[in-house]
Amino acid sequence: MLKIWSMKQQQQQAENAEGAAGKKKKKVTAAQLRVQRDLQELTLGNTMKMSFPNPDDILNFTLTIEPDEGMYKGGVFNFSFSVNQNFPHDPPKVKCTQKIYHPNIDLEGNVCLNILREDWKPVLNLNAVIVGMQFLFLEPNASDPLNKEAAEDLRTNREGFKRNVRSSMAGGSVRGIAFERVLR
Amino acid sequence: MIVTDANSQQNRWKHLHKVLTNAGPYCDEDWIPGEETITALESSKILGAGGLGCEILKNLALSGFKDIHVIDMDTIDISNLNRQFLFRQADIGKPKAEVAAAFVERRVKGVKITPFVGKIQDKDEDYYMQFKIVICGLDSIEARRWINSTLIGMVDMENPESLKPLIDGGTEGFKGQARVILPTLSSCIECQLDMHAPRPAVPLCTIATIPRQPQHCIEWAHQIAWQEKRKDDTFDSDDMEHISWVYNTAMERAQQFHIHGVTFQMTQGVVKNIIPAIASTNAVIAASTTSEVLKIATSCNPYLENYMMYAGEEGVYTYTFEAEKKPDCPVCGNLARKMIVDRNSTLGDFIDSLGERAEAQLKKPSLRTEEKTLYQRFPPQLEEHTRPNLKLKLHELLEDGEEVAVSDPAYTIDFRYKVIFNK
Repeated sequence: MLKIWSMKQQQQQAENAEGAAGKKKKKVTAAQLRVQRDLQELTLGNTMKMSFPNPDDILNFTLTIEPDEGMYKGGVFNFSFSVNQNFPHDPPKVKCTQKIYHPNIDLEGNVCLNILREDWKPVLNLNAVIVGMQFLFLEPNASDPLNKEAAEDLRTNREGFKRNVRSSMAGGSVRGIAFERVLR
Repeated sequence: MIVTDANSQQNRWKHLHKVLTNAGPYCDEDWIPGEETITALESSKILGAGGLGCEILKNLALSGFKDIHVIDMDTIDISNLNRQFLFRQADIGKPKAEVAAAFVERRVKGVKITPFVGKIQDKDEDYYMQFKIVICGLDSIEARRWINSTLIGMVDMENPESLKPLIDGGTEGFKGQARVILPTLSSCIECQLDMHAPRPAVPLCTIATIPRQPQHCIEWAHQIAWQEKRKDDTFDSDDMEHISWVYNTAMERAQQFHIHGVTFQMTQGVVKNIIPAIASTNAVIAASTTSEVLKIATSCNPYLENYMMYAGEEGVYTYTFEAEKKPDCPVCGNLARKMIVDRNSTLGDFIDSLGERAEAQLKKPSLRTEEKTLYQRFPPQLEEHTRPNLKLKLHELLEDGEEVAVSDPAYTIDFRYKVIFNK
């Protein structure tokens, strides 16, 4: 038999005298521990808020961004965050819960942000993600589009794109697609 | 050759018993060869989990283990028959664990194999506690991390039996690896996690706009077109109609972008994330892992310390080295310490006492259990919600012996405490 077992054998008797201290309880998972830490280290400023449908479940929450400058100023945008037990080896899953007109967010709410996919690394934290999200509203990016039409508008006609953003945020239609009203 | 009579059955173990009844030059000085070792081997309860199943099960049974349990959630697919030799045409659709167990029991007399059809995650610590050694040929990093952290979490310093050596094997094409993990004593899977190359991910934008490779077209059909056109169907990678739809859609897209090379097989590969399995690589790795189980269970020879890589793409190359334990490993470098507290003190008092403990001296800790957020300082919504907990007594929030995880922005490591109420 492996030596390590016999090495510890003597200690066992002492434990029996003490008596078992209740049944083993569930352990805090590595993902939970990391999210607990990441949340503490967030910098939300006054343009972002978070809400937790179930405060005991810190792996699922909503982030609300209210840009105070740029083309999307005045809008209120909600994103659902879902962190799995493989975090931080897997990135969090982020989806926009509204239908919005944005070159890097498609009509299903999928978000094109490099650090949410190919450039994710375990050393990145939730703060890096929300900073990236905020940046998407300040500087929508036409070179990496998920909504091709919106990207085309931004590239060829910046003023027209701005008008489209305004009317989509007010609940209007752009190119025949109706968007959700997201104004404060 | 079919061995039937009792005499030949006994002859099967002749060589094994020779090894176990004679001391060799490298074996442990304290080891006493002989009957006792053979009894120990035969009574050791071993758990085998996952994909390298056939090979591992066969090797364990032929190494003299008599009490083997096996966990596998898969059913037999026609594509398994080329290398998983315990299965026959008639077994297609049946659970692998059950068919393999029955086959080996029939073939090797005297061995008892207990199958469980399901995920390793379906079982709890009480189940894993019954085994001497766990040997795994799992197919994902996720499952490895799970079994690793479960076995490490089970180690109770006062109960030597709670330490279950984990032997892990894995293959990918012509490459493979075998490693021995002594939970909490040696480098664990989590310590070695950064050795795995990340799975290559393609930017969603590339898939959505300008595909360059046939795989991009398949990903597009699988992830984007399916969402748009067949929202109400849940994609099932085993449904032939679903795969065909993805294949045809990917073909159309490939033609549009003048990309060649989308095939049905590639489609299956991309959506099911299939890693090529080569029979002889599996055999090499299964053989090296089971031989470690034999050595650890009997002490007849030194065991692998602790990582063997096998590269068979160009000739044969193996390299063995000792992976080191990471001091800040989130799983094995961070074990719960016992802390005895008064069950009637408040959470607020408990937090204050953390500030006074020499090893912690925490200034602004946040705390939780697996189930509950006890106190979270930021963001404000959680702080407000958990603030009332500060006034509650510990026994109203925790059970005796429950684990509390504490993190503080001032420290890069987290602390775990097993909170025990004084009597």
